[in-house]
Amino acid sequence: MSHFSPYFGEFGGTYVPEILVPALDQLTEAFESALVDPSFQEELGKLLKHYAGRPTPLYEATHLSPNPLVRIFLKREDLVHGGAHKTNQVLAQGLLTQRMGKKEIIAETGAGQHGVATAMVAAMLGLKARIYMGAKDCERQQPNVYRMKLMGAEVIPVHSGSGTLKDAVNEALRDWAANYDSAHYLLGTAAGPHPFPHLVREFQRIIGKEAKAQMLEAIGRLPDAAIACVGGGSNAIGLFADFIEEKGVELIGVEPGGEGLDTGKHGAPIHLARVGILHGMKSYLMQDGEGQVEESHSISAGLDYPAVGPQHAYLAQTGRAQYVAITDDEAIEGFKALCRSEGIIPAIESSHALAYALKRAKAATKEEVLLVNLSGRGDKDLNTIMNLEAAQ
Amino acid sequence: MSLYDAMFERLRADKEGAFIPFLTLGDPDLETSFEHLCIMAENGADALELGMPFSDPVADGPTIQAATLRALGAGTTPKKALGLIRRLKDKYPELPVGLLTYANLVFAAGIEQFYQDAKAAGVDSVLVADVPLKESAPFVAAAKAASVAPVMIAPPNATDATLKAVAELSEGYVYLVSRAGVTGTETAAGKPLGHIIETLKGYNSAPVVLGFGISEPSQVKAALASGCDGAISGSATVKAAERSPHALARFVEGMKAASR
Repeated sequence: MSHFSPYFGEFGGTYVPEILVPALDQLTEAFESALVDPSFQEELGKLLKHYAGRPTPLYEATHLSPNPLVRIFLKREDLVHGGAHKTNQVLAQGLLTQRMGKKEIIAETGAGQHGVATAMVAAMLGLKARIYMGAKDCERQQPNVYRMKLMGAEVIPVHSGSGTLKDAVNEALRDWAANYDSAHYLLGTAAGPHPFPHLVREFQRIIGKEAKAQMLEAIGRLPDAAIACVGGGSNAIGLFADFIEEKGVELIGVEPGGEGLDTGKHGAPIHLARVGILHGMKSYLMQDGEGQVEESHSISAGLDYPAVGPQHAYLAQTGRAQYVAITDDEAIEGFKALCRSEGIIPAIESSHALAYALKRAKAATKEEVLLVNLSGRGDKDLNTIMNLEAAQ
Repeated sequence: MSLYDAMFERLRADKEGAFIPFLTLGDPDLETSFEHLCIMAENGADALELGMPFSDPVADGPTIQAATLRALGAGTTPKKALGLIRRLKDKYPELPVGLLTYANLVFAAGIEQFYQDAKAAGVDSVLVADVPLKESAPFVAAAKAASVAPVMIAPPNATDATLKAVAELSEGYVYLVSRAGVTGTETAAGKPLGHIIETLKGYNSAPVVLGFGISEPSQVKAALASGCDGAISGSATVKAAERSPHALARFVEGMKAASR
């Protein structure tokens, strides 16, 4: 039935209660018919251009690069309306909601960027939005909670479990199981049950597509490496999608190393490479020996998730992409470096990718061009940074 | 003949329906949990449905989620949960016992190993809450290989094709979900599901047992009147057990009385 396979190698699938299967089938149909519907593409294209502000610039961060041999280019998704790449695919899913004749959106959010994007698009399209957010994340990300409320969304704090993204996803799934007739679950990342990993990738693909053309224009060739942070993995898969077939381009995903990979306090499931099933998908999952899901840790609420999208698991397993980890401290260094050198305040998520690029650039002994996805802006993270500095 | 077959045959002869209470294994701790299981067996439960605690029970509502967290907090592991079932079956060998679990617990143990361990513990059926028909093949195969009945869910929004597949695959019984949503008494059972029951039976399904939102004797009567062979009560049973052993005994007794 479906044009896309639900599986990426052994990863992916549709692990949901039976009652949600018809809703996922309906979404698959709406998504696949929209992909080949010129009127849908035209409407989405207009919104991406005039509402979201695409194409985003590609900026060469000449002051940031610590090594004259290494050129670092930033894909400026922080300049998308809403402050992050999240808006790209939320616009598409908002239109799909209408296409399915639904009037409500259920969403979950970690850092709040997906929540803000969802609230924005719901307001603009006249849809009701209920957004689940871990209680701990509500605290970490107050400005974003306020933004969502300003735009008319209902923000529901989730106290169960670790009070972070994982628990917000559980609640969103429960809400959806009760309200699938009237509500679309607007999943925020390239994870979850089929068709979400494909759907989110296809609507984030524009990041890499633009970046590829912009690199060719800027330097006449593709970069040596494309680098992006990976929580669930939506900005990374968006950057990677059009480069997967370009074998000369290294793909690097940067997982949150938290307090260190050997401390157990991190959010790097690909590093652990333990296959499990959570939130509708089979993928790499942080879990104990018996299959209970472990809590992840990252200074970045947006990366604080114990699993990862199934295509990333597949890209890691097949070796097409490499996944590395950057600690909280290294990410903060990257954050500060970009603020000072270029006058750009990045999201802490994106700072993980920046920190890896800086580390790699410092060690480089030959000429290299690095493309870093600056997935979001850091205004929402100022509280985290201020608290950190106050504590020091 | 399986214990489920024997049970439904006995009930049919007596013109009764089945009442199947649900509790989470290891809630609030292993010893109290074992007492609760025995209380249900002694007070009229025809079979038991028992939940293996999982950290992320997305198909369950707040009451069962809280029970799960208590069980995990008390150190209940899948092995210890199966140990409780073994003790129960040593005491009540004729009582059919179903296990409700989540895909990751099965997968983490190894799918085949999980079903073999369940069988060794005396489990008669396994329902995996987040494995729908389209992912069920390896789970059903492992269940059949271990002589454990795979129980499938028939949701209220099922198509005819889904019901046909459920009827073909489900053994022991079919778990008919009364309404959209997750487990819990916050939302009452939904509208009559006569057409779904008829369709399932038309495909020669195993006996049909209604669940979700069943908390009162009148709902057990209504389920049987609509053509179901029994009813499962989860969250209301958990709440009764939270009150006292006596409340649990009276609850099971009252619900069973309604099935006669």
